Formats: sequence, structure tokens, C-alpha cells
Amino acid sequence: MSVIENVSRRGFLKGGIMAAGALVLGVHDYSWPLSGDNPPQGTNADRATLHPGIFLGINPDGIVWIVAHRSEMGTTSRTTLPLVVADELDADWKRVKIEQAIGDARYGDQNTDGSHSIRSFYNVMREAGATARFMLIQAAAQQWGVPATECETNLHAVVHKSTNRRAGYGELADASSKLPVPPKTALKFKPKSAWRYIGKGEVSYDLEAVVRGKAIYGMDARVDGMVYASVERPPVLGGKMKTYDDKEALKVAGVRQTFLIDPFQPPPAFQPLGGIAVIADNTWAAFQGRKKLNVSWDNGPNEAYNSDAYQNELRETSHQPSKVVRNIGDADAVFSKGGKAYEADYYVPLLAHASMEPLVALADFKDGIATVFAPTQNPQAVQDIVSKELGIAKENVICHVTLLGGGFGRKSKPDYVAEAAVLSKKVGRPVKVVWTREDDIKFDYYNAVAAMYMKAVLDGKGKPAAWLQRSVFPPISSTFDVNAVYGDAGHLQQGWTDIPYDIPNLRIENGPAKAHVRIGWLRSVANIYHAFAVQCFTDELAHAAGRDQVDYLLDLIGEPRTLDFKGVDYPNYGAALDAYPWETGRLRRVTEMVAEKAGWGKQKHSKGTGVGIAAHRSFLTYVATVVEVEVSDQGEVRIPRVETVLDAGLVVNPEATRAQFEGAAVFGASIVRSGEITATNGAINQSNFQDYPVARIKEAPYQTNVTIVDSDAPPAGIGEPGVPPFVAAFCNAIFAATGKRVRDLPITKLGLS
Amino acid sequence: MIQLKVNETQQSFNGDPDMPLLWYLRDVLGLTGSKFGCGIGLCGACTVHLNGQAARSCMTAMSETAGKEVTTVEGLDKNGLHPVQKAWMQINVPQCGYCQVGQIMQAAALLNSNKKPADREIDAAMSGNICRCGTYQRIRAAIKAAAEEMA
Repeated sequence: MSVIENVSRRGFLKGGIMAAGALVLGVHDYSWPLSGDNPPQGTNADRATLHPGIFLGINPDGIVWIVAHRSEMGTTSRTTLPLVVADELDADWKRVKIEQAIGDARYGDQNTDGSHSIRSFYNVMREAGATARFMLIQAAAQQWGVPATECETNLHAVVHKSTNRRAGYGELADASSKLPVPPKTALKFKPKSAWRYIGKGEVSYDLEAVVRGKAIYGMDARVDGMVYASVERPPVLGGKMKTYDDKEALKVAGVRQTFLIDPFQPPPAFQPLGGIAVIADNTWAAFQGRKKLNVSWDNGPNEAYNSDAYQNELRETSHQPSKVVRNIGDADAVFSKGGKAYEADYYVPLLAHASMEPLVALADFKDGIATVFAPTQNPQAVQDIVSKELGIAKENVICHVTLLGGGFGRKSKPDYVAEAAVLSKKVGRPVKVVWTREDDIKFDYYNAVAAMYMKAVLDGKGKPAAWLQRSVFPPISSTFDVNAVYGDAGHLQQGWTDIPYDIPNLRIENGPAKAHVRIGWLRSVANIYHAFAVQCFTDELAHAAGRDQVDYLLDLIGEPRTLDFKGVDYPNYGAALDAYPWETGRLRRVTEMVAEKAGWGKQKHSKGTGVGIAAHRSFLTYVATVVEVEVSDQGEVRIPRVETVLDAGLVVNPEATRAQFEGAAVFGASIVRSGEITATNGAINQSNFQDYPVARIKEAPYQTNVTIVDSDAPPAGIGEPGVPPFVAAFCNAIFAATGKRVRDLPITKLGLS
Repeated sequence: MIQLKVNETQQSFNGDPDMPLLWYLRDVLGLTGSKFGCGIGLCGACTVHLNGQAARSCMTAMSETAGKEVTTVEGLDKNGLHPVQKAWMQINVPQCGYCQVGQIMQAAALLNSNKKPADREIDAAMSGNICRCGTYQRIRAAIKAAAEEMA
């Protein structure tokens, strides 16, 4: 099953560091650039006998090549999209080989981000499979002199039942390749009853390679003649080097030379941060050499950035009237009547991605062509930034995508790949830039720090008569536009402008905040802080009204209906509202189901234990989560059980989906327990897992049960939607267990211990 | 000159004795199964066996490996898949998979010394291994499955 493996280990065992010779990275199913090819026509699918489109090819030996054009970081995109092709082709999965695409615009969007791989490419993959199946059937029908309508497929073969004839796909590859490719309108898709893989799923294509340690991640990429680099970057965003002394660094055994990297021109976007790179014969020598550098910096204006003061600024802004992004009725009129108003301030700090594989990239610039190997979520963005940095055409950037040791959004921002490319040009050799964990934490594109102010007045039944919510956070757009201070619609839609509550007077605002670090997207993005505020405030109001939390939540969601976004800038995650309407009935259903699964209201909770609930739609998927906690007298928080119910429309790979929601609970546990990045005088304080801890086995939920709603709605997101409701439900459970409200994350500030 | 065995093959090393074993394995020998995750022994991605005991190779200087036997995932089982690896596949543990080699090496060392670990013992033994994707409940299940297989 291993399609990516290091074929030259024996060579390394014999030789010392970096013997000369051929390319040694054995990524044998990848394409290699052939000069004059534009675009590169190098996949096995392209070269196969029958290749009706860019995503698959079939050879006379019956092997079906399927191109995975999206990145694999653990969500199984690389397996699950090809699985859709294989199903519609009626192929035997055991005879399918997957090859990873390079970055190439011909595949369409390759940015594996935003939980939309399946949603955006489900139909494309079905068409790819159905097209080949159509041609195979035609070829068999012609050979047998029977109408194509009498032929059908059965696991890698075309059959004609009445004459008991059968021909394998391999046998038909040549004949079918001579037929015209049918138009989409001629295609017939398999009925749901005939699906082999869709809805049943498969384990990762790379599973065995992973457990054998043979899977090749970006960290494992090697080419012959390569050198290693470690980069000392300006500690404050926008800082510039004043002086440097590399004499001691150059004395370190294995260190070859140093090179300066220019500071970026604002906005930072995906440019390298600048600094000084130590080039060495191995990673260790590069790290050691870097420690011996003596560098002084001009930190620039961001030196004035301190997280404590900044938190106060955000909070003050959140208490001032700001830009109205959605309004229903007149909340102020209700507030001015002077009834009891409930108010709460919520706060979520900057968060780092901390993928297990620190950032790394290998680049080889030679003869005007940059060949890179990178664990990237977005190989086309790699082409863009590398072409810009090196002044070469985009087509001359060949980006091979390795497996990713986690990504969570960080690896769709290719500043680290650009560093490798810039350095390869300077060094004149292939250069592998290895980020330390400290680099990875300190030079992230952080999830925004956010302050949310919430206010409500309840009616006689305890339901909000008026509701105001105001968020303030430095927007992601600031990374691309230094003047951007307001949240854009793409992020305000994330659990903010689309609050699904049936409230007569509702005002939603967003206030300005200037960024002093690079802000970027992290798994679930703005949904994290928005759902935290909305779902925890809901819990607070339920408590104030003396109502059961589930009943109250359902009451606020209201009757099943389709939300009306007339006059609201609501992008719906880029999906059409008629295909993916916002249906409150689906949110109600997952809420009711999760309450039942969790035995809500049926359990007695002893001192120090409690449950919390939250429901949230993100990335077009409806999720409700119940978290059970136990808090010891010493303040230790355990999570014995999590119940999650999701409605993601059609789910292609249920097993992978369960895994994603199990993982989302752990990711959320890290955010609530210890997720906090802070800056002092512009420089990030945290550095590694001792001061940016993530959940370990004991801190993770002991058992997360995931229930998938059977749905024929079109497929929606899987990787991200599990995190936001978990975060809020966990905080609500902590309140239930301790009586302490969580309004400032992480809970280290709560004083439980 | 430091003499050591790596996966039963004799090796000699005459570079910087302070170089961590991890970088010798990865950059010199090209054994890239053991991963770099934190560099200071906090995440367990680099876990190998040193004379049969789980060790963080990022914190093990080459000087400490003299005369010792190092086993990496590439040498964990001569005959194919170790029961822990089989259990990892059966339970479908990995997501991104980057930390899993370290998890597997740690789990294999645990089962060498404790044939039937309880939850509490699994948690204690595995607490040095971080999985950011959050596969912990499957790791626990896979260790139990492997323990049964090895019983």
C-alpha cells in the first residue's frame, strides 16, 4: 500500500552524509517535471492507456490510477475523494493506486482548507468515475455486438448477463481509449443502492505506510546534495536586522555558511519573515550554528504590543457601539425600558496551530526551475509565492506535496516554503529549511484573539426579548491589508451573523482591532470564539431563567425554518443558499438526538461532576455536543465522556468522520485547558509544549461517541465543525460541575486548582 | 568513534558526540521513521528503543548510545508487523500519522514490561506522547487489542 517510500535507505546506511548521485527521494508515484511540458503532463493517470480526464487512468493490467489533488493532513481527503471516483467507476479498491498531484491549476482548487474537499469535489469525482465507466461499457458492447444498454459493470468488469460475457477493465482499456469522451449529459450515475464505498468508507490509503514509519512527510523529504537550514527570524513582526555576527556560528562543525533573508514588504501575506539562515550538513549542525549567532534587531512599531493591555483595549472597544452587521427589530428600545439586563464579556486569546510536524520545506532551484517538496495544504499558493520571490513564472515552480504531519490551517500559508526557495537560489543547492518547535510556535499565523460582549433582556417566560452581541478581533484580512481592522463577512459568518435564534430584537456588531502579529485561520477559525460566546451566554441565560439547558436551547433555536439572510452579507461558506440552506430544524434534530444519547436530565450529578451542551452549525454541518466532566477537589478536570451528533449531509467516509469528531474534541480540550499565546513587547512568550501545552492522553476525553445523522442532503464539512460546540459544551459542563463560569479562556485563569 | 547497533546492524559514528540520536538516525542513516516534534523530549514523536527501553532520541546524545542497541520502527519487527502495529491498523488509530511511530514504539515498550496494562497504567506510560490530531481513545483501545494479541 505504501506509495511513498524512501528507496535509498541502504545508500544512506553505507554512505556518510549526502553522497553525490541521483535523486534519492523515492516518491515514485509522483510526476517529475519534463522540460517543455506546460502544464506538466506527468501523472501515471495521464500516461495510462485510458485517460478520459485528469483524475484517473486505467492500464491494460487493470490498475486504476487516481489522482489525489488535495492534501492529506489526517482528514483522509487523499483517500476519500479517490474513493468516490472508484465507486462511480465500480472499481475494485484493491486495484486502485493513488498518486498525489503536484500544484497545478488544471485540477481546480487545491487549497485543502475550509472543510470543503468533499463538498466541492464530490460531483467532479463522480463524473470522473462515471465517464470512464461509460467508455468501458461502450467498448465492451461494441466488442460483443450488443447494445450498451444491456451491459452493466460489476467490480472492475463489464458484464453482459444474458450471454454470460464478462471483460475486465484492463482488457477494455485499449479499446475504450479509442472512443470519444462522452459529454457530462450522457453520464449515468449509480443509484445509492449500488454504492460500494460511498457511505461505507475505507481506512486511509497510507495506513500501513504510516504504522511502518515509511510514510514520507515533508520532514522526511530528501534529495541528493541537499543542505539543511535553520533561520533566525525577527522576534517582532516587521522587525529588521540591525547587526549580526556569525563568526562563532561558522566555527560549528558541519556549518557551511550563512545567508541573509530580506525582511518582507508589508503586508506580510505569505512572504518570508526575513532574518539570517545558517546552512549546514545536517539539521543538528544548523540548529547549533544558529544558537551561536549574535543578532540585534530593530523591532519596529509592533514592539509596543503587549497582550494584557491589548486585551483591555479589545474589551473597551467591545463596550462601545460598533459596526452593525445584522439587525432585527430594535434591541435598544427594549434595553431602554430598564428591565434586568444580563451582560457578559467573553475572551479567547491568540491560538497557535502546533501541528506535530513543525514547518519544513525542501527546495531545489536550478536552471530557472524551482522544484519543491513541502507538506503544504495549498501547492498553488506555493507556486504563487515562490514564483514571486524568485522572479520566475508560476509554471516553473513544481510543488510536490508530501504527507502533512498535521496542518490545521497553518500549512496553507507557504511562507516556510518561500524561505526554502529563496535559500536554494542563494546557496545554489537543494536546501531543506527545518523549523524548530520554538519557531513553529513563535512565528505562526495565529487564530485571532477575540473579545465578545453579550447583552440580553428576558421576557416573562425567560426567553430573550432583546439580544446584543458585539465581537472585536484583529481580522485575518490584516495579514493581507495592513489597514484592515474589521472582521470580513467570511469570518463574521462563522457563528456570528448566522446566530440561529428566534429573537424579535437582535443586533449583531463588530468592532475594530489592529493586528500586531500575523493573523490566520486555524481549524474552525472564528467559530471557536463566536460559538464559545453565544453558546455559553445561552447557558448563562438558561440558568438565570431557571430553565433546563436543552429545553432553553431548543426554545431559542425556535421552530424548524430556513434562516433568511436578506440584507445580510452572508457568504454561507461559499455555498449557494438554495443548495445549502440554513435549516434550524436540522440543528434542533442534532440537539434533541445528542440529549437523548447523553441521557440528558436522567443522570444525577454528584458534587464536582456535571454536563454541558452546545449546538452549532459551521462549514454547513450541524453539530450538537454534550460534555461530561469531573472536577476533583484539587481542581483536576477529567472528561469521562463526550456525545456528539452531526448532520453533515451525505457522509462518504463515516469511519474517517468519526475520527475527525473524536479528534475535534481533543483539539477543543486543548483550547479550553491551556490554549493561550501572548506577546510581551511584540515578541511571543511561548515556545514549546511546556508553555503552550496541548492535551495529552489523560487530558483528552476518555470516550467520545460520534453519531452521524443519515442524510441525503449534499455533503458538508467534516474536519472543523466538531471543535466549536465542544469548546462551549465543555465550558458549560465546568460551570455545572463547579458553579464557576468560564468567560476567559483558557481555564488556567479560573482558579480551579 | 562511537560504536552502536541500529536495528541489529553495527554502526560507527565519529561526529559530534553531543548530536542527538534522532538526527543521526534521520540525517545520517536516513531512517526517517522516528520523527522530530519538539527537540526537548516533550512530545515523544522521536521515541525509539535503547536496549529495549523507550527513549526520546531527540534528548539522547550519541555519546550515550555507545555500546548500546537502538531499535527504531524500521527494525521493530523483522517478520513484518509487530502486534502493536497490527492493532494500530485494526483500530485505525492514525489521522495525520506523524506522531504514531513514537506512540507505537512507546506502546511496544509498555507491553514488553506490562502484559496487561490497566487504563491508568496506559495513561501513565503514554502521557509523554502527544497526538495533536487527538487519537488518544483509539491509542488506548489499540494497546488493549495488542495486549490480547500478545497474551
